[in-house]
Amino acid sequence: MALRTAARRPFFLVTALCLLSLVLAGCSAEHYPQTTLLPRGDFARIADDLLDTTFKWAVLVFVLVEGVLVYAIFRFRGKPGDPEPHQTHGNTTVEIIWTVIPALILAAIAVPTVRAIFQTNALPDKSALTIQVVGHQWWWEFRYPEYNLTTANEIHVPVGRTVSLRMGSNDVIHSFWVPQFAAKRDVFANRETRLWFKAEVEGEYPGQCAEFCGIQHGRMGYRIRAQKPAEFDAWVAHMQTLKPKGAPTASAGSGVHTASQGATVQQPAAPQAAQGNQYAAGEKLFTAKGCVACHALYAVNVPKGMIGPNLANVGARSYIAAGTLKNTDENLAHWIRDPQGIKKGVLMPNLGVSEPDSKTLAAFLRAHQ
Amino acid sequence: MATRVLDQHRAHAAAHGETSGLWSWITTVDHKRIGILYGSTAFFFFLLGGVEALLMRIQLGTPDNTFLSPERYNELFTMHGTTMIFLAIMPLSAMFFNYMIPLLIGARDVAFPRLNAFSYWVFLLGGLFLNAGWFFGHAPDQGWFGYANLTSRQFSPGPNVDFWMFGLQILGIASLAAAVNFFVTIINLRAPGMTLMRMPMFVWMSFITQVLLLLAFPVITVALILLMFDRFFGTHFFVPAGGGDPILWQHFFWIFGHPEVYILILPAFGIISEVLPVFSRKPLFGYAAMVFSGVFIAFLGFGVWSHHMFSTGMGPIADTFFALTTMLIAVPTGVKIFNWIGTMWGGSLQFRTPMYFAVAFIAMFIIGGLSGVMHSSPPADLQQTDTYFVVAHFHYVLFGGSIFGLTAGAYYWWPKMFGRMLDERLGKIHFWLMLIGFNLTFFPMHWVGLNGMPRRVYTYPAGLGFELMNQLETVGSFILALGFLVFLVNIFQSWRRPPNAPADPWNGATLEWSIPSPPQEFNFPETPEVHGRDALWEMKRTRGPLPEPARVSGAGIHLPNPSYWPAVAALGVAAVFVGVMLLGHVGPWGIVAGVALLFFGVYRWAFEPAG
Repeated sequence: MALRTAARRPFFLVTALCLLSLVLAGCSAEHYPQTTLLPRGDFARIADDLLDTTFKWAVLVFVLVEGVLVYAIFRFRGKPGDPEPHQTHGNTTVEIIWTVIPALILAAIAVPTVRAIFQTNALPDKSALTIQVVGHQWWWEFRYPEYNLTTANEIHVPVGRTVSLRMGSNDVIHSFWVPQFAAKRDVFANRETRLWFKAEVEGEYPGQCAEFCGIQHGRMGYRIRAQKPAEFDAWVAHMQTLKPKGAPTASAGSGVHTASQGATVQQPAAPQAAQGNQYAAGEKLFTAKGCVACHALYAVNVPKGMIGPNLANVGARSYIAAGTLKNTDENLAHWIRDPQGIKKGVLMPNLGVSEPDSKTLAAFLRAHQ
Repeated sequence: MATRVLDQHRAHAAAHGETSGLWSWITTVDHKRIGILYGSTAFFFFLLGGVEALLMRIQLGTPDNTFLSPERYNELFTMHGTTMIFLAIMPLSAMFFNYMIPLLIGARDVAFPRLNAFSYWVFLLGGLFLNAGWFFGHAPDQGWFGYANLTSRQFSPGPNVDFWMFGLQILGIASLAAAVNFFVTIINLRAPGMTLMRMPMFVWMSFITQVLLLLAFPVITVALILLMFDRFFGTHFFVPAGGGDPILWQHFFWIFGHPEVYILILPAFGIISEVLPVFSRKPLFGYAAMVFSGVFIAFLGFGVWSHHMFSTGMGPIADTFFALTTMLIAVPTGVKIFNWIGTMWGGSLQFRTPMYFAVAFIAMFIIGGLSGVMHSSPPADLQQTDTYFVVAHFHYVLFGGSIFGLTAGAYYWWPKMFGRMLDERLGKIHFWLMLIGFNLTFFPMHWVGLNGMPRRVYTYPAGLGFELMNQLETVGSFILALGFLVFLVNIFQSWRRPPNAPADPWNGATLEWSIPSPPQEFNFPETPEVHGRDALWEMKRTRGPLPEPARVSGAGIHLPNPSYWPAVAALGVAAVFVGVMLLGHVGPWGIVAGVALLFFGVYRWAFEPAG
């Protein structure tokens, strides 16, 4: 049997480990958009620094202790005819040493830990931007009380300004996880939890719910867009024009839309005649099919407790259905026709929308940027 | 207590280990038979839990996979966790408690043999109850931890949660009864001369485990009762809309749940502490430190529970307290690891299959312990919790720890229990497949978790980078499965050999190796006298090498009578909970029938004639 000789056993193990580390080395954290290992915000950096500290100690202990173990395996290997080894029962000095040293290492971890606990639990400055986060089965609601705005599934934050998240749930426990900026915090229906962070790098990043919350927990993602302050302000200003019907609404037409690269700048344009017909048809369908019962198409002064995500700027989002589908016209229409087929169990029922109607509705929603 | 004096015929049968069919197994009160019942049932559930894992690994092998529906996946991860903890690891430990504790302390049986049988039957029925949901298309799907308020009637309207809730309640009864039994057995039935500080370390670790069971299970019992009231009788203990608090469930659950993980690992610690000395040919290093560290871990284990709740926003004082206690508990754990290495140090290491698994246990448990220390820092844990990093951590301690340890115990004690050796070559193949498969499955999870993959997700999108690690993990899980197939082959092949294993194949240190393999019904013809730790090594030292023990008639030895009343009472317990499930269909009459059956069984049990 190949594995029998003493020389071959470690060879296989070492080979396996080398292969594994090759695989690992080929995958740096940059390949993971949702990674916790490339902090881009101050809160995440605190977590990352602690990870660094504990990881370094862990590697040291690992190398030392596993090394001693592997050494012992070879050094004290029994041979046939060996005499009985010395029947040691213990060694008080050694035992004290290997009790004290780990305690000291843990103290070295405890000190920065306690400091960071208090740091991360401190309330953010009053100048922070407050955003309310509400977890729903299975989507995320974001409210900006300072601006009287509501949106869903895509949260915009300014780079370089502290954001104060005040969070809750509409139903069961969820967890809002912003790996790049702020780690995570669970959200509850009966109490507010809080998180804060200052984004340092602009960009659009994915995040995900991190507490099992039912059938579609796996598809409760969201996007966070960290924008330059000027772009963020422009976004806010634009969103504040998305008022309820009767006030000037967002128009169909020529807003420039780039889904994957930060903020868009909307340019209101007069609706063109052909688009206007489709828009009006879509608007009629939105009511006729019952969409209006759950979704608001405006962003200002939206009442609390809407059943479905706010759609005021849905046309401009990069993903729909809480990070499930890229926001293409085809996906949007497909979702409208068959939400249960795509994300079974969501509260949005299949409404029996025909294919042409779904395309009309999708175009209508696309106009809402 | 009902006893019988072995007459000549029975003595002959006992001397030759004759069994007589299914009824003898249903009525057995022999701790060895009950141990085998526990072990075979638990092994079956372990394989079931393994299949559940393989199905999940297939689903996660590719992004956006549709092999499993989200409901099915959620049922599978719930049942995999629940099965592995309550129906595999705990009863596999119970197999060793049952079979080995009386032998290790020089006793004829446990203190309460019929209660022992009762525990097994309740366990079996609890396991069946828990899995009954599969047959109704409503397997438990709320996670093994069942967080409120997802478990409220509003958000889990079907019976899925009920199968879990009552299944766990039934299993809790089995565990509590067994814990009382072993606690009393260890206190009262040790052979003369076996002081507490001369007990084998497996007995010590098991003893501490029984204390943990007795103190922790009542907490989950209460929590499950409150949940039952919420779901069946309209209370609001955990329902926010009614003024209740879902966090209350978390506290209850983890005050139970953390000691539970020590319940899961301490028996394996004990097994390793038996195997290492024998296969190093020297005593356990630092016996007293091992005892006190075990006691300290158990005690402190009740003070760390909210480290499972670092992301709930408990505030800095609570976070700090639990971070510090969690770090502290690493100290006695480290002591044990160093003492095990110290046992090997300077020894003459005999690399038979049990030793392979024991050494791998140490190596894997170190990794699991280190990732645990990384979790102990709340701000760092806010990135790690609820990701695959945690999944890696607990599989390293529960699989790399408990399962490797239990496997070491299986190979070690197999000849004693079954009278047959397991094949060394197949054992080593099993070992390498298991070690490689295990690490390939679970090591990448550290990486993919820190890189953004959350737990308990039935799928993940392409583009987040999770594909490669998940593929490796899926491949690893099938290598693991192959390892267990080899183990099954080893078991079947060994069964075809005659039961002629020697009493003491390993040059053991403890009393079980002084009697035949398998032991006769009465274990020891005469109660042994103990003069020190490692009682058998001490005997061999004073008397020289011991001859192969002969099978003797056992005439005149009092043994407890077999009885079916424990099984009847167990049926009563299960019937009560079936009755609760059927409240809507048959009103209270199912519960009434169950209670009546339970009372009848216990009454007849209590008044069973002595002779």
